[in-house]
Amino acid sequence: MSELSRIREKLLEWSKEVLEPTMKRFPEIKKEFLTEEGFRIRRIYTPLDLEERGWDYIEKLGFPGSYPFTRGPYPTMYRGKPWTIRQYAGYGSAEDTNARYRYLLGIGQAGLSMAFDLPTQLGLDPDHKLAWYEVGKVGVSMPSVDEMDLVFRGIPLDKVSTSMTINATAIEVLSMYVAVAEARGISKSVLRGTVQNDILKEYIARNNYIYPPAPSMRYATDLIIYAAQNMPKWNSISISGYHFEEAGATPAMEVGFTLADAIEYVNHVLDRRVLGIDSFAKRLSFFFAARTNFFEQIAKFRAARRVWAKIMKDRYGAKDPRSMMLRFHTQTAGVLLTAQQPMINLIRTTIQALAAVLGGTQSLHVNSYDEALSLPTEESVKLSVRVQQVLLYEAGIIDTVDPVGGSYYIEWLTDMIEDKVWKIIDAVDRMGGMIRAIENGYPQREIAKAAYEWQLRVDKGEIPIIGVNKFVERKEEMKVKVLKVDPEVRDRVISRLRKLKESRNEERVESLLDELRKAAEREEINIFPHILEAVRHKATLGEISGVLREVWGEWRAPEVY
Amino acid sequence: MSASATLSLPSPHQHRFRVIISKLGLDGHDRGAKVVARALRDAGFEVIYLGVHQSPEDVVEAAIEEDADVIGVSILSGSHMELITDLLKIMREKGLNVPVIAGGIIPPDDAKELKKMGVFEVLGPGTPLSKIVEVYRAAAAQVRRK
Repeated sequence: MSELSRIREKLLEWSKEVLEPTMKRFPEIKKEFLTEEGFRIRRIYTPLDLEERGWDYIEKLGFPGSYPFTRGPYPTMYRGKPWTIRQYAGYGSAEDTNARYRYLLGIGQAGLSMAFDLPTQLGLDPDHKLAWYEVGKVGVSMPSVDEMDLVFRGIPLDKVSTSMTINATAIEVLSMYVAVAEARGISKSVLRGTVQNDILKEYIARNNYIYPPAPSMRYATDLIIYAAQNMPKWNSISISGYHFEEAGATPAMEVGFTLADAIEYVNHVLDRRVLGIDSFAKRLSFFFAARTNFFEQIAKFRAARRVWAKIMKDRYGAKDPRSMMLRFHTQTAGVLLTAQQPMINLIRTTIQALAAVLGGTQSLHVNSYDEALSLPTEESVKLSVRVQQVLLYEAGIIDTVDPVGGSYYIEWLTDMIEDKVWKIIDAVDRMGGMIRAIENGYPQREIAKAAYEWQLRVDKGEIPIIGVNKFVERKEEMKVKVLKVDPEVRDRVISRLRKLKESRNEERVESLLDELRKAAEREEINIFPHILEAVRHKATLGEISGVLREVWGEWRAPEVY
Repeated sequence: MSASATLSLPSPHQHRFRVIISKLGLDGHDRGAKVVARALRDAGFEVIYLGVHQSPEDVVEAAIEEDADVIGVSILSGSHMELITDLLKIMREKGLNVPVIAGGIIPPDDAKELKKMGVFEVLGPGTPLSKIVEVYRAAAAQVRRK
């Protein structure tokens, strides 16, 4: 008798003799158990559940560091290289941010992750009318190369790896970083880091776009091509699902829309006929969220790796295994933080971080417990770093590669998510790609609908949230220290901007901006070197962005809710 | 699942309240604003959703043009004090007297301050939709004067 038949026989026996009598005396607490994706979860998983799906070890898992990379992108994973502890930070002026970065490096963080304020993300200098309210609020103000120099004072640019959450103005900001490095005698070819440069997700979820989709895609593609040719250690894009999840996407939507975006970027780069697939695909990186719904999140990350490997191999004919490996950063899900009993968030983020690590993340940001109330304080950020350090040093999680691999439940879930991800990618393909889908409002609509349904279920108590709809404390003491950005930040940044404009060669700046305008008008020219040159000569972010606005126009979104 | 099961619809003789829902400032986090817009719509409000990147001037202008009964603004960037101060100032200048409801990431002390300044209510994270609908209804009923 085969092993599977023996299991089948024993399972029946167990059902009758053990399970049934128990169920009679102690019925289960719910009629059905569902994942967040809506999959009905079985009582127990055995090899039979995998057999039912035609599951094959070599085909589905293989080995870490080789196709289809389900078990991880690297053969030794955290035994060889622990994930990078990378807390997203930045606020106020360059001095405030410099102090926070030195603090983070001092308590054991290995990589930096830059947050920029909204004017910087939207191409407005701090003295612009619309910028007035927002200077230095959700990130550091970065109007010029001088501010970048201040942020990195005393930080060795050839030693740290720096991630930048910047999209619509990614070339301007990366150029500032390059210009500062070069001024310190460091070649751009040794710089390590990531620039988000994912404009498509801005139209779907994050809303920090400037130009219409077509010129925005040209801009993003120019950056990817320039980096592939000049910055071999730089990840030229971080294709992001995090913001979809935050906006309400289910796990399969998060991965499906992200990979559909990735396909659109790859197509655009290939269409330019400058680079072959294997000369840039290895520098594409990804960014996902980690929610509290533990097992399905682990499965989500593993499924994402498998689907991407197949896309690169089958659709694009990639040969280099590095082109096929999906490497990603994770942030714990901000939307799951509660303002009620905020200390509970520490427990939530620990579970979320564990899911990310068991899912094989390359770097990790753990949200701070006070972030449903305000920007995090130094004390709360320190705890976020400590959560990661406990996982890394105390919990024994890193001792073997993919410790959850082979769990009947996890493998079943990974398969289920994978199926649904393919369905979403197929749907987007049928619409003619992600730009079309965005113009139709498809991902926006799907995500908004999921967000609304989620909220209705929370309100009904179907989704329990401790402190919000369960174990609520009526008279809650809200004693959380709140970080406030000094309102003088704006004046300081603006006065430095004035001085910069007085000190530079105005004629030179004018002529460089004019050259940029001409380059922007012609699609076959890469605008990166033009922006870099303008930045070196102290053109401001708002001036550069202003030129591109004139040439390309601005995007008004169709409002879908 | 139908929303009307949870959010009671108004009876036919009731006036349909008109409400502006907007992101105020440059912040793009619009999940909350969209969910609130939809909940109010399902509860029988006429919702004018302005979307992201709205200045205080834009919101006041739209409220006058649309003859809104209530203005709802959502801010998660930390700029709520400056933005709402200006919004209220411009409303006064234009003689617009309708209740303003704020949502987003607003620390408790700021929420108190905003209410002192004349904001009708501040609805933070975790507020149930039924409560949100109730607050908007109360705000609209209070000023329905025409």
